[in-house]
Amino acid sequence: MARITIEEVEHVADLARLEFSSQEKEQFTKELDEILELVSQLEDLDTTGVEPAYNVLELQNVFREDEVKASLPRDEALSNAPESENGAFVVPRII
Amino acid sequence: MSEITDLSLNELRAALDNREVNPVEVAKAYIHRIQESDERVKAFITVTEDIALEQAAKAERMIEEGNSGPLTGIPIGIKDVICTKGVPTTCSSRMLEGFKPPYDATVMEKLNGQGAVMVGKLNMDEFAMGSSTENSAFFPTHNPWDLDRVPGGSSGGSAAAVAARECVVSLGSDTGGSIRQPAAFCGVVGLKPTYGRVSRYGLVAFASSLDQIGPFARNIKDCALTFQAISGHDHRDSTSAPMPEEDFVSACTPKIEGLTVGVPAEYFVEGMSNEVEETVRQAINRFRDAGATIKEISLPHSRHALAAYYIIATAEASSNLSRYDGVKYGFRAEEYSNLMEMYRATRSQGFGPEVKRRIMLGTYCLSAGYYDAFYKKASSVRALIIQDFKNAFDECDIIAAPVTPTTAFRIGEKAQDPIQMYLSDIFTIPVNLAGVPGISMPCGFDSKGLPIGIQLIAKHFQEKILFQAAHTLETVLDLQIKWPELKTKS
Repeated sequence: MARITIEEVEHVADLARLEFSSQEKEQFTKELDEILELVSQLEDLDTTGVEPAYNVLELQNVFREDEVKASLPRDEALSNAPESENGAFVVPRII
Repeated sequence: MSEITDLSLNELRAALDNREVNPVEVAKAYIHRIQESDERVKAFITVTEDIALEQAAKAERMIEEGNSGPLTGIPIGIKDVICTKGVPTTCSSRMLEGFKPPYDATVMEKLNGQGAVMVGKLNMDEFAMGSSTENSAFFPTHNPWDLDRVPGGSSGGSAAAVAARECVVSLGSDTGGSIRQPAAFCGVVGLKPTYGRVSRYGLVAFASSLDQIGPFARNIKDCALTFQAISGHDHRDSTSAPMPEEDFVSACTPKIEGLTVGVPAEYFVEGMSNEVEETVRQAINRFRDAGATIKEISLPHSRHALAAYYIIATAEASSNLSRYDGVKYGFRAEEYSNLMEMYRATRSQGFGPEVKRRIMLGTYCLSAGYYDAFYKKASSVRALIIQDFKNAFDECDIIAAPVTPTTAFRIGEKAQDPIQMYLSDIFTIPVNLAGVPGISMPCGFDSKGLPIGIQLIAKHFQEKILFQAAHTLETVLDLQIKWPELKTKS
């Protein structure tokens, strides 16, 4: 049985803000299915009681004083924007 | 004196300090070398000739004033995933074509402060996702030992440029093997430092809990010199480790008595090349000849590492790459009628197929109903893999293993089969999951004349032992590697 359907691929693409042609959707469904088959081998491993590791170092929160420091100048922050105007990023109208 | 581009970092340092050559001559020699050979190798996306000459002039002043450090006047290439102020940083993606970072990565500040000379930005798999550099949106890089073969990846440009003598040393990044695997394929040294050793500030993120910047070099000492220059705590990277400064260069002495070298049975698997297995085993025997104790060890969860990695890395990537929305920097699609269409069109046109595949897998693994089954499960497996290494290091000081199951494969050979491509990283991935340091160094050649690498792994923050063992092995192997001819082998 397939592990992932074309409908699920469409849903995930929507979440990821990606769009695909119907041919690409079929290709992705097939490839993701194969990859999910590969990763599903983890199901065979019993991890009951194992605390998941989300990081390798015993990290702790790093605190510092809340001081005002220089930040990136506005014109430099905007210098790579595809479109900017009056010191702001321009996006399509949303309201 | 031999040709400038033939000199190792250590030799070039001496020649510069003795005023046998000056940094501008050195920079020009390398720019000339790039012009001469990179048409065949295609390691560089951007050659920064003007910057190199300017930095070389600065290095010259530093040397005259007696202020030179180990990297002053040394030509270095930078993987195009590391932010360089005012210099295009593309990650080999259409998404970042033309992006000029407004700031330098911490590693670049460190290199610039020491008077290193940047000769250019190096090709890679798009957003560091791949094992062959074929996923570059611009062009594939060719292996200097056989131009029909891949240099490995994702830092293929960084490995190939060092092998082709287009720079003295280079920087790459390693998330699942992206420094060590191309180093093995190209016959150079590559180090994946302990997670947290080198600041990731200004490294374009792929998988934040795995990514680490590291050096490529022609020999172990050159690698230590470069690592020394880029490592250290950085308050701008909250995962940077506050470790005291250490002298890695002086650790490069051939001394190994009393050291126990562990050999994991799980790293010699069915299906791997016999020549790779034999050559690596012979190299391990040389450790014994040099006075080390060899001990068989076990890393029992190794076979689950690849699956855990592809869940964790893609999950983190799907989150990290959500920033490419066509608003703040980089590519924006031309046709759209509202914001949502702009996001979709921009991302669909800007990302290449492997990047989309991984964003899709990562998004799926993190989506409602699947998080526990995939991400949490993979993170539990990661905990077991970390424990495997802890247990192993109770029995040995260093682990020795192959880097890759085969030598460099042909361009196009695995391009249509993602899983076959992923399998080329099975021996490097566990090291990233555990966060321990690993070094890849040449240990011989196969019958086709392609380089074979051996991987040495140490405990967290034990790079000194790594350099000591690697330098010892380099000394006893004494490979006398000739320069690759930049030709196609029949």
